[in-house]
Amino acid sequence: MATYSTNEFKSGLKLMMDGDPFSIIENEFVKPGKGQAFNRVKLRNLKTGRVIERTFKSGESVEAADVVEVPMQYLYNDGEAWYFMHEESFEQYPADKNVVGDAANWLKEQDVCDIMLWNGSPIGVSPPNFVVLKITETDPGVRGDTASGATKPATVETGAVVKVPLFVDEGELIKIDTRTGEYVSRVKE
Amino acid sequence: MSTDPAEADRAESRAVDWRPGADLAALRLRAGLLAEVRAFFAERGVLEVETPLLGATGTTDLHIESLWLRDGAATFYLQSSPEHAMKRLLAAGSGPIYQLTRAFRAGEVGRLHNREFTILEWYRPGFDLDALMDETEALLARLMGERPRRRTSLREALVAATGIDPLVDDDTALRERCRPLVGDVADGLDRDDCIDLLLSHVVQPALGAGIVTVRGFPASRAAQARLAADDSRVAARFEVFVDGVEVGNAYHELIDAAEMAARFAADRAERARRGRPDVPADDRLVAALDHGLPDCCGIAMGFDRLVMLAAGANDLDSVCTFHGARA
Repeated sequence: MATYSTNEFKSGLKLMMDGDPFSIIENEFVKPGKGQAFNRVKLRNLKTGRVIERTFKSGESVEAADVVEVPMQYLYNDGEAWYFMHEESFEQYPADKNVVGDAANWLKEQDVCDIMLWNGSPIGVSPPNFVVLKITETDPGVRGDTASGATKPATVETGAVVKVPLFVDEGELIKIDTRTGEYVSRVKE
Repeated sequence: MSTDPAEADRAESRAVDWRPGADLAALRLRAGLLAEVRAFFAERGVLEVETPLLGATGTTDLHIESLWLRDGAATFYLQSSPEHAMKRLLAAGSGPIYQLTRAFRAGEVGRLHNREFTILEWYRPGFDLDALMDETEALLARLMGERPRRRTSLREALVAATGIDPLVDDDTALRERCRPLVGDVADGLDRDDCIDLLLSHVVQPALGAGIVTVRGFPASRAAQARLAADDSRVAARFEVFVDGVEVGNAYHELIDAAEMAARFAADRAERARRGRPDVPADDRLVAALDHGLPDCCGIAMGFDRLVMLAAGANDLDSVCTFHGARA
């Protein structure tokens, strides 16, 4: 069993605690003048996303979590799971709603996503920072209105709703920043 | 995309973080504070001394691990403080002395720690703890301007911040008070660990702004301080905090040679019990005490933290040239 000592702690390190995988966000070494040293650590639960704080006695060892991020191609959704393919082994990995979460808004077939694997199973999906999606439904475009800054809702091919400028039309392709869910620009086919 | 190999090399060297953590203003502030410390002690007739960084022995303290190196067959310990050497000077008749030097502690790296740091340590024959507190506050005011001053005891501060009385409450009460902070880790804490945890997690953040001195640490944390004359449950020690950051540690120095030898032996036995590396006792310090250490108080301060606080910074990296992983 691989372990990390507290003096190896740094942000990004993956640990097992209470049966769940965690990632260190912040590690603070605290030590009173002549006393016991502690590591005060902020960690993110990689399954739930919840952030907790934990204190360890310095010198303690903690079990390492077998967590890796692997780029995989998104294949399809069969109504229950989203399927991703490892680009080298071509092995397919199903991920359910809990794992995919909000990333589902931005998954387009053949796009490459980062899949977080814990003990070989997906626990998180990060879509590309930018995706290009087709608008399937929106109010008719207002020609020439490129300056007012006003927006309207538009539904894209994944079913997500994005605010777009008034001049954008149904059937057009738009670039979206998946980190904010915001419209970036129109894209020519 | 460029294919020029020289440009590729330059790009790579830009990716390596070679720059200092401190900016030029921080370097100038540090140089000014060093000069100010020397002027302060020169005015007061305290002599600047230098002692070796490498010694044949290190500290036996349970909570400090020494770094060491080899020269041929000989082992040398990088000093975790100049305490032993300076007490040998005092026993040899130096009178009041101070030192600005580097000290080393294994495994201590963080926002407020580094395995190598600048220490300011001074000794005052004939001073009691109150006199040393006065001088410590005066130095701090000189280095970082007048700030509110407050003096308290560990007992008072702990009761106020945690409801725990370190001199009265039993181990179970201490552990249960720690449990909400650390969960089951509390089960592995002894009495002193619990006090340390409450001090660093609850008391320190509540100390508030300004210069706060805290006295009355438990006798088990006496290190090289004598026990308080009026209460053997506490050590004749104080710590000093600025804006909640610990900056110094003072003792009314133990001068009893037999007691010092007994503390070394107890530390080494406890090290063996916990499977920690043994450190030889410093027989020359014991011999110096046997010859006669004048009644004195001494204090060690983390100079880098003083620079940090004077700069209004909140990590050592921004006031040290090459802190932690930059070295």
